[in-house]
Amino acid sequence: MSVEIARETQKSARFDFVGALWDAAIAAFVAFGLFSLIVGLRTEQGSTGQLVLFPRPELLFALVGVVFAGRFVVALFFRSGLMSTRHTIVSPAMRRRLDYVGSFVGVFLLLFALAIPFLFYSDRYLLDLAILVLTYVMLGWGLNIVVGLAGLLDLGYVAFYAVGAYSYALLAQNFGWSFWLCLPLAGILAAFWGILLGFPVLRLRGDYLAIVTLAFGEIIRLVLLNWQDFTGGPNGISGIPRPSFFGLPFTANDDGFAAYFGIEFDPTHRVVFLFYLILALALITNFATIRLRRLPVGRAWEAMREDEIACRSLGINTTNTKLTAFAIGAMFGGFAGGFFATRQGFISPESFVFMESAMIVAIVVLGGMGSQIGVAVAAVVMVGGFELFREFEQFRMLIFGLAMVAIMVWRPRGLVAHRSPSIFLRQKKEIPPEVLEEVQR
Amino acid sequence: MEYFLQQLINGLTLGSIYGLIAIGYTMVYGIIGMINFAHGDIFMVGAFIALIAFLALVAIGLTAVPVALLVVLLVAMLLTALYGWTVERFAYRPLRGSFRLAPLISAIGMSIALQNYMQIAQGARVKPLPPIITGNYPLIDSGNFHVQVSNIQIIIVVVTVTLMAGFSWLVASTRLGRDMRACAQDLKMAALVGVNTDRTISLTFVIGAALASVAGVMFLLYYGVIDFFIGFVAGVKAFTAAVLGGIGSLPGAMLGGLLIGLIETFWSAYFSVQYKDVAAFSVLVLVLIFMPTGILGRPEVEKV
Repeated sequence: MSVEIARETQKSARFDFVGALWDAAIAAFVAFGLFSLIVGLRTEQGSTGQLVLFPRPELLFALVGVVFAGRFVVALFFRSGLMSTRHTIVSPAMRRRLDYVGSFVGVFLLLFALAIPFLFYSDRYLLDLAILVLTYVMLGWGLNIVVGLAGLLDLGYVAFYAVGAYSYALLAQNFGWSFWLCLPLAGILAAFWGILLGFPVLRLRGDYLAIVTLAFGEIIRLVLLNWQDFTGGPNGISGIPRPSFFGLPFTANDDGFAAYFGIEFDPTHRVVFLFYLILALALITNFATIRLRRLPVGRAWEAMREDEIACRSLGINTTNTKLTAFAIGAMFGGFAGGFFATRQGFISPESFVFMESAMIVAIVVLGGMGSQIGVAVAAVVMVGGFELFREFEQFRMLIFGLAMVAIMVWRPRGLVAHRSPSIFLRQKKEIPPEVLEEVQR
Repeated sequence: MEYFLQQLINGLTLGSIYGLIAIGYTMVYGIIGMINFAHGDIFMVGAFIALIAFLALVAIGLTAVPVALLVVLLVAMLLTALYGWTVERFAYRPLRGSFRLAPLISAIGMSIALQNYMQIAQGARVKPLPPIITGNYPLIDSGNFHVQVSNIQIIIVVVTVTLMAGFSWLVASTRLGRDMRACAQDLKMAALVGVNTDRTISLTFVIGAALASVAGVMFLLYYGVIDFFIGFVAGVKAFTAAVLGGIGSLPGAMLGGLLIGLIETFWSAYFSVQYKDVAAFSVLVLVLIFMPTGILGRPEVEKV
């Protein structure tokens, strides 16, 4: 009996062609409206400098057709309930097994990262890509302290990255200080800026804070762009000194790294050194974060993220808590910036646009806001994905933007949507994402 | 003095454009409490639609300026409103009731997507449009410096004032306006007493987008050149205007817009053009820190 009913509903659901067609027609109509002028007509500069229109009806109708077909399929299969779009809740047993596997993922990734220079020694492109990925992993972990742990959405994180990079470049160039002196200074200066920018925004919460940090990020970029005598303006700073291996430069000279160790000179040595350098920096960030979470200040961050008012009622000084989060996050951003400057040898305000901030925020959000391994995986996926789409240069930012929307719609808690409590009595109790969403409304 | 007067006129014109965009921010924030980060890009889309519509009208031989302007305004408002609706439907509505920062992040994604969509569809180069509305009235002629009001400046101010009046009427005395005010007060309660909240929110986005598109048309006519990136800076400035005037308040948005326009113009005129965006961003920061409720806004009660 019940089987029959089920079949019956399934049948009626399956054959709701008219409804689906209707939906699809409306969607196609909307799409036609959206694309008609923007896609259907292209403006190009004509021979006299005037704009001339070029109609592109094929493209327009192709797009409308795709929307029609897509909406039809979605309406037919998803709306009728044949396929569920809701994600299933993983059972506790399954979760424990996943946790068990998950505890090895980190170790495995670390071992793999350590082995990369040996595995791909001859592939310069891959090594450079790995360095780039690790830079973003580090930035992601740094921002994770601010966004993931303390729950303060910082849309101007790239400002600290810029401060670090410019501090490094200017100190190294003007005073000729060594890499190992400039790098900590870059971090400290960035932390200082973090406190400086953190102070005024302490009273703000949520999205106001996000917009103010965005404004700060833009102000710093505009100052870097316009303060010609100090920062070189749009031309940036070039000829930033390369890092040395504890005083041994990576050159073919007699006092170089290769000669000192009696091995043949190879330009890849420097790349490998840079790789291990950023790996070490990233791991320091990770280690510091993990340890900080166990300190009172880390606990206070997480408490503040969950409920600021409750936090204040319990006597936590939210001012200091926010400032430390800002400063420490900024410091790691500054380290990453210093590394970026020495790796590139050239920096300009071009590298520190809002898009970079959005990218780092996207990594943290995709990684599940607060999960260290999630952020690392997200950075690999994101930067790696960007490289995969290199041929579609034009489209990748479009896809990036749409992906950010899609992730928020489908998995607002990120890929690793599960948060294990950092403090517990006797036994860990799981907090399923559904409950978290309920709480944070 | 003449120089000052001229800058005042320019500042008021620019401020009108910001004010029109700011209304979209303030309404959306008033009702669902989110910063519609993509609103600046909706303005940019409006400007592009207007540009293409102008060119299309010229191509089919319609060159009578008043008619063309009217047609372009209508087309731009209609199509941009469609964009506003679509963005709300796909990027924000599914997130209602999600955690607080989700809509903001989604909006940032939408902003990036819209910018790049326009860049792909229409190219990254700046798009110049020859001046359509020319002519001006000299006000003061003191030999070495002429103070003048151009026709386009008059049109911008007149259109803005008209739209503001119309919109204030809509909010104050129509069914939709009442629904909007109810939603702004308490979304859940409004739903309980029979307000179709989803529809009201959608319409809020549609109207906000339509007003932003008018701002886009005005921007295009005033500056004569647009590109796919104009939305970002204009959006942040308009948001500043909304906050300065008191977010959630309609007269506040207009007042804030005018103030931001004036601040930017005078800063460029008397200090430095390079740092004019820094000035606008600094105003945003200062206002949020020292006067988070704005000039005409009401203090936000912290609910536990």
